[in-house]
Amino acid sequence: MRKKSQSYSGLVWQQFCKSRLAVISLVFVALLVSTAILAPVIANDRPILMKWDGEWYSPALHLQADMRGWDFKDLKKKHPESTMIFPPIPYGPGNYDLDAVLAGPSTAHILGTDGDGRDVAAQMVWGARISLSVGFIAVGIAVFIGIILGAIAGYHGGWIDLGLSRLIEVMMCFPTFFLILAVLAFVGPSIYNIMIIIGVTGWTGVARLVRGDFLKFRNREFVIAARVTGMSSRRIAFRHLLPNAMAPVLVSATFGVAAAILTESALSFLGFGVPPSTPSWGSILSQAQAYMDIAWWLTLAPGFAIFLSITAYNLIGEALRDAIDPQMRV
Amino acid sequence: MLSYVIKRLLLMIPTLIGITVITFVIIRLAPGDPIALKAQASLDALGSDQAQVEIIEQTRKLYGLDKPLYVQYGKWIGQIVTLDFGMSYRDHRPVIDKIGDALPITLTLNIISILLIYLISVPIGALCALRPRTFFDRISALGLFVLYSLPSFWVAMMLIIYFAGGDYMNLFPIVGFESDNASILPWYDWIGNVAWHLVLPVTCLTYGGFAFLSRFSRASVLEVIRKDYIRTARAKGLSEWKVVVHHAMRNALIPLMTITSTLLPALLGGSVIIEQIFSIPGMGRLGFESVLTRDYPVIMAIAFISAFLTLLSILITDILYAVVDPRITFEEKG
Repeated sequence: MRKKSQSYSGLVWQQFCKSRLAVISLVFVALLVSTAILAPVIANDRPILMKWDGEWYSPALHLQADMRGWDFKDLKKKHPESTMIFPPIPYGPGNYDLDAVLAGPSTAHILGTDGDGRDVAAQMVWGARISLSVGFIAVGIAVFIGIILGAIAGYHGGWIDLGLSRLIEVMMCFPTFFLILAVLAFVGPSIYNIMIIIGVTGWTGVARLVRGDFLKFRNREFVIAARVTGMSSRRIAFRHLLPNAMAPVLVSATFGVAAAILTESALSFLGFGVPPSTPSWGSILSQAQAYMDIAWWLTLAPGFAIFLSITAYNLIGEALRDAIDPQMRV
Repeated sequence: MLSYVIKRLLLMIPTLIGITVITFVIIRLAPGDPIALKAQASLDALGSDQAQVEIIEQTRKLYGLDKPLYVQYGKWIGQIVTLDFGMSYRDHRPVIDKIGDALPITLTLNIISILLIYLISVPIGALCALRPRTFFDRISALGLFVLYSLPSFWVAMMLIIYFAGGDYMNLFPIVGFESDNASILPWYDWIGNVAWHLVLPVTCLTYGGFAFLSRFSRASVLEVIRKDYIRTARAKGLSEWKVVVHHAMRNALIPLMTITSTLLPALLGGSVIIEQIFSIPGMGRLGFESVLTRDYPVIMAIAFISAFLTLLSILITDILYAVVDPRITFEEKG
């Protein structure tokens, strides 16, 4: 029997798994993604399941129109016999508990509350959504622009390449963070603007990688063969050249997610991020600044969350880079 | 060499024009009006709508904001050639003066940080390369990686709580580049005062750079250490110190030089947050404040100067290449 030959991606995966830290990081990111997706049933003031008038409802996932404005906890107190299963963190990110403003960690609020009496743990869980979506969408935009411009520059070469390379150089010389701040100050801070502006300013690295690989491969035999068979330029560029350039792009994108998360939290920290009503790790930290000397729990949890997720993405990126390019391993 | 430098300097011009055009278009097309913002307070007192409109129109004319965009840009470029960055809308001080105050502070911060990053991470990287795959190699890689992933604004907050807040230790000042009236101190006391103020901010700017540079220097030394001339140096009985410092490091440092140019813009950008947290009146804080108040001339000047500095540091790096490595010349290839 012949042993089945291994695919490139299989080989990369095998190499990747050799790094224990990278696998742990991948598990961590998977947990983070599931936390973000499951946020409504992890931290919510509405029960996951309840029996009311003989019918089963799930207000955490879908709030019936006639239940709007109900205080379920109060209801439970008044009707102790009713069945209600509350999420592990029985607070929503926007619930104000005015009896417990700036309360330290306790059984009621496992990570304490902030200056408005909002539960920190609930904000952390919902904040994972912001940080993940900013990370992935911003990098998605950056990779898309980078691939298109890099492919055009590398495939055509000549004057087009010269012009686009100049554009890349211009973008690289921008003080990026300053530019992001300026644009956000003018168009107004919102989560979508942050995603777009991080994406639009962050494509140069990918563009350079794609351009370099296209320049390297465009006169190889397989490209000439494709051209001889009469394929369109677009098909050659995206079907034959691009797959050869994708691996380093993937690595760069992983590091990009880490950088985007960091940028978002820094912007929220400066008050340029998501509006205060939207919970984000950076905005909790920003609030913590005012209570730095009395409420240590406000800085600790979001700080560690940002730090751990950035570390995880960076470790995955490192392991991927080592896996796709054996020469880089030293 | 000279012709190469001149050629590179000329090539900067289209890049700088590109950067200023983009900045100009972004800040001018954005909604919001600095004149209305500025005049708001005094106009509220006047009350009459007619007077408001007139005053705003007059001020706009005064600053030349009533003309088409390309005319305004042309005027701005014309002034730049004579190094005139205009007046700040905010306090009518010449922009060049404001930047003259802020730039030395930011440069001091960044130069100290870059020097520290090099002084600490290059030896660590070299040590790792001399003992690859040992415990020291692995633990330093992980430790520096952890440092690299720590968000600097969070570290800044932690440092303030524990070393400057007064709750735990009150070792360092929280705000500023120097104490009030520090300029009357004799120069040695003044340096001490500034150093005391800069310990925390410089720490925040420095620690994140270690991981990147030490990995780089490790790879670079590892590559050199396998070369034949190192074996020759060892074979002729030189001490390990001499082999490493005189033969290996000199060659290993060459690729490290290019990294400097990539560090500088990052440090300039990163300092917005650090300068804001520690209230240091440098370029980052000036930029942040001028963005908030839509101080167009200051924003344009900062974009121009930081882009110019970045391009300049790339050029200096390339020239240093030739200085460090005599094998590299610019004459034939240019």
